[in-house]
Amino acid sequence: MSFETAKMVDQEDKMTTTDTSPAESAGTAPEGMRVHNLDIFYGNFLAVRNVSMDIEPRAITALIGPSGCGKSTFLRSLNRMHEEIQGARVEGTVTLDGVDLYGPGVDPVVVRRQIGMVFQRPNPFPTMSIAENVLAGMRLNSKKLSKSKANEIVESSLRGANLWEEVKNRLDQPGSGLSGGQQQRLCIARAIAVQPRVLLMDEPCSALDPISTMAIESLMLELKSSYTIVIVTHNMQQAARVSDRTAFFNIDGTGQPGYVVEMDATEKIFSNPTQQATSDYVTGRFG
Amino acid sequence: MTSELATTSLDLGLSSRPLSRTTIPAIAILSLVLAQIVTRVFSGGGSVVATLVIAGPTNLAITYVVSRRREGSRRAIDRMVTAVVYSLMTLALAPLVSVVWTTVDRGLARFDGELFTSTMRSVVGDGGGVKHAIIGTVIITGLAAAMAVPIGLFTGIYLVEYGKKSRLARLVVSMVDVMTGIPSIVAGLFAYALFSQFQGPGARSGFAGSVALAVLMTPIVVRSTQEMLRLVPNELREASYALGVSKWRTIVKVVLPTAVSGLLTGVSLAIARVIGETAPLLIAAGLAQDTNTNPFSGRMTSLPVMSYYGYAAPGFPPEAGYDRGWSAALLLIIIVLVIFSVSRILGRVLRPKGLR
Repeated sequence: MSFETAKMVDQEDKMTTTDTSPAESAGTAPEGMRVHNLDIFYGNFLAVRNVSMDIEPRAITALIGPSGCGKSTFLRSLNRMHEEIQGARVEGTVTLDGVDLYGPGVDPVVVRRQIGMVFQRPNPFPTMSIAENVLAGMRLNSKKLSKSKANEIVESSLRGANLWEEVKNRLDQPGSGLSGGQQQRLCIARAIAVQPRVLLMDEPCSALDPISTMAIESLMLELKSSYTIVIVTHNMQQAARVSDRTAFFNIDGTGQPGYVVEMDATEKIFSNPTQQATSDYVTGRFG
Repeated sequence: MTSELATTSLDLGLSSRPLSRTTIPAIAILSLVLAQIVTRVFSGGGSVVATLVIAGPTNLAITYVVSRRREGSRRAIDRMVTAVVYSLMTLALAPLVSVVWTTVDRGLARFDGELFTSTMRSVVGDGGGVKHAIIGTVIITGLAAAMAVPIGLFTGIYLVEYGKKSRLARLVVSMVDVMTGIPSIVAGLFAYALFSQFQGPGARSGFAGSVALAVLMTPIVVRSTQEMLRLVPNELREASYALGVSKWRTIVKVVLPTAVSGLLTGVSLAIARVIGETAPLLIAAGLAQDTNTNPFSGRMTSLPVMSYYGYAAPGFPPEAGYDRGWSAALLLIIIVLVIFSVSRILGRVLRPKGLR
């Protein structure tokens, strides 16, 4: 598919601009993300301890677990968004296609261009129209775009987010005039417009009604053919419906660090988990 | 049995006979009339202040008693508190209305063409105008804004986006608080002393005046910028960061445009605050009778200073000086209104489309 090859070329292009990339990973099939012995701190407080997991490329990985167990913190550490909170730091390694994201000289801004994020509450830019929102990733980085190229990106991204048919006649209207579900799909369109390799989703459906949730879920299933997706969700049915692999996070008590209890294929986690805690959680006995 | 139940449910007090809409205003008018009678009987005069002082509590008392008899104590207290709120609002508005009314009334006497076209050069009595003071006000306030707005905006951006809770930021915040409390005369003395260092003792200039005003203006701009930037939801910053946009670009292209309407209001409030300053300009910029367009040398007059001298040194006949003073004050109020209107319109045009 031409879209696919275009993406690969684009990836090569990006890798050279990051100037942190080992040559061998450029052009080869993506290996996904590898997290090794990751501890996440806020100041001296250990929030998440010793996470090791492989996030497979072109698949959906779900992170489930009770509130406050560090799922979102972990997710945000994957594209270094957690650094926006003062005093946040990590120990351990996170690699994307072999490149250590926390290596010396790696710019978190460049990391985030490769690993996009969709948030719990839809957050389109209120100063921008629908089309401008989609182009925000390029325009804010003052990348020069020809008019035709811009239109092309707007259409392909909105189509990719299943929103094109609904908004094609009002692209110049403000993005905040859309419904919650449409706004969230606009945010997904905005995230995929910059062609990231990984898409992180932090409870993307928790502020949406069931119909919008269904739209986003079917969108995720379409997107996984081109993107690596990691989703945090409180909705276990959602994890069971969309994800290929599931990691269960837990916490021993308030003030204790969160940790990964187990990670496996989604069917295994929901039908026959190895740990008692996982089984209790997925069957609704706690959490 | 069932009919008994129905009657008791009606007796729960769910229904009442509310006062008619005209009762409350009628009571207010009645109390005013009563107060007028009382003041006439006891002092013969019937002064406005005495009437209002008596009418207020009388109104509260009658409202409470009437409402209590008809509607019960809860509604009566509600009515009384409403009356208190309205009375105090009237009390707060009274000086404002009085000031505006007096200024318009007296200022219109000399609000003619000559006022705008002539200066005070070789004018002793009748005639003369405030052209030089209008030009002085525009130059002095404009220069002050040109200094204070960038400094204030960037300090506000630093405090909200970069400094956060660091030691330096806390130090800056407390310095800004101290600056807010500086009496304006001190700012004037500061500017006067500063320019005496360069230009010799007794030097006065428009620029010295604008430095004094900038000292007063900066903390106001910092404060309002801080408040407005804090209102920008953090989610928008995160959305921008998640697209791989750097921090400075996020501030310039996302945070500032979202807050622009509030920032404009803050700046225009700060301008309005200093445009009427008299004391620091008396010291730092002095008084001139003629137009001076060079802010760096020679004295320069502004409208409030002109207004002040209209009374302090009215000339002969003094009425001419008084009238010019009032006209200058009226013009100042109009200029402030224009600044506010322009900033409101600009703010509305630039405001994020989704929030309209």
